[in-house]
Amino acid sequence: MAAKSIISRPVYGTLSPQPGKHHLFVADAEGALAISDMAAGAPAGFFGDAHIIFIPGHDGKHVATLEALRPARLYQGHTFASALPRLKQTLANAHMGLRVYLSGTEGLIGQAMQAALEAGIDHTSIQTEHRGSLARRMQCVHCKGITENVTTQPATCVHCGLLLLVRDHYSRRIAAFQGVCINAEDRSEIPPIEEAFP
Amino acid sequence: MSTGTTKLDVVVSDVVPVNDLVTRFHFRRRDGDLLPTFSGGAHVVVEMRDGQRTRLNPYSLMGSPLDTREYTISVRRDDVGRGGSLFMHRNVRPGLEMVISYPVNLFSLDLRAKKHLMLAGGIGITPFMAQTAQLAGEGGNFELHYTCRTASLGTYADVLRERYDRRIRLYHDDREERIDLDRLLSTQPLGTHLYVCGPAGMIGWVRDRAAALGWPAETVHFEHFAAPQPGLPFDVTLAVSGKTIRVGEQQSLLEAIEAAGVDPPYLCRGGVCGQCETNVISYDGKFIHNDHWLSEEDHRSGCKIMPCVSRFEGKSLVLER
Repeated sequence: MAAKSIISRPVYGTLSPQPGKHHLFVADAEGALAISDMAAGAPAGFFGDAHIIFIPGHDGKHVATLEALRPARLYQGHTFASALPRLKQTLANAHMGLRVYLSGTEGLIGQAMQAALEAGIDHTSIQTEHRGSLARRMQCVHCKGITENVTTQPATCVHCGLLLLVRDHYSRRIAAFQGVCINAEDRSEIPPIEEAFP
Repeated sequence: MSTGTTKLDVVVSDVVPVNDLVTRFHFRRRDGDLLPTFSGGAHVVVEMRDGQRTRLNPYSLMGSPLDTREYTISVRRDDVGRGGSLFMHRNVRPGLEMVISYPVNLFSLDLRAKKHLMLAGGIGITPFMAQTAQLAGEGGNFELHYTCRTASLGTYADVLRERYDRRIRLYHDDREERIDLDRLLSTQPLGTHLYVCGPAGMIGWVRDRAAALGWPAETVHFEHFAAPQPGLPFDVTLAVSGKTIRVGEQQSLLEAIEAAGVDPPYLCRGGVCGQCETNVISYDGKFIHNDHWLSEEDHRSGCKIMPCVSRFEGKSLVLER
């Protein structure tokens, strides 16, 4: 689990069943395991009111794990982007009593939370659990471009090519960490690049 | 001392009977200036000079926050209460000079909400008068469900219907009209916030159902209008100020401390805001905690007390203050 460094850095918890009329899960890859772990302690029939939006990733693992929970609906998305219209539509038609659970990578949690916040859900009432890769979604503060799945420190912005220090400074509004040019004074200075977010 | 607030010198500009139980009071500043801005749901603490005794009661501001030439409050007469509302009804006349606190809002709208669902019971309608005026001015989405005993005691129901028409839904106890609460709560769009003000039983019922139906606690807002409960008299020693005082049957601990010349902080005088929290130095007896501020653990520990609503029974009590 991510340690708290600065105040905007998200800290994740452990999914737990909440009282509610409907339950919406959004997960990717190993996030499915957070759902099945939670299911062990959930009341009988809990998944009868559950809708799971799952992005399995390229290896397609964990789908059977989720099917075994017998949720009311299980949707598999190819990427988060392809699942987003369905997520937005679900939130737009939902009523109070819907509870939201997000699990998996930080990029998934952040972007699904962004959609939930736009729908009027307070971030403090959303259950989250980090599983899998620590890869970050990063915004370049210079060109504003978003680079997905950043695993190194520093990292190169795929839009403008600047070498960026990946900060813990996080924006909930755009669901990304901030990247700031690490060699603004002398662009020929290249610090060692390390795998920081495996 | 009401923490962080100075006081306002006002004159009663009008007193208007509303129905058998409720009277409305209008205040203007003595110097003729505009009153401070407030937001819907705010209250002021009205100081009443009743002979030797100073009564301090909180009342919701019910005028529009868009008009600060005057403040208006509505007071429901409580014939078996501690006397504050009776004082207002019997002694307060136009032209009387009074002192009130700056407005404080412990029941504010969450303006991030997509929709505001309001539930009022009886005189609990007053904060909603200001909140609906504020939201209507901003084009906000709201719906108010108002329960009252009879149509004639439906304070301002006619005004609200006139102003907001179908956004107001009335329920009369004498016609056996009841809110279908579970249905109401389950059909609200995502992003709705719930506000409830009324008798303690109603607030408890609404909070319980909302929680059971999956409304996150952050979306449920409530305001208690709890007067301090009377009880057996007791003695208390104030360690810092070195005073020993007696708290009378009808007096709250906070009122007794104030009467002894100590000026403790307060805001709500109803056990919800936390301002008057006081450390207990030692005690021999039992606390009667009536507050909604301290945790169960705090209550059990015997280390803290909220003097605005809580009492004590026993041999000795020493507070820090």
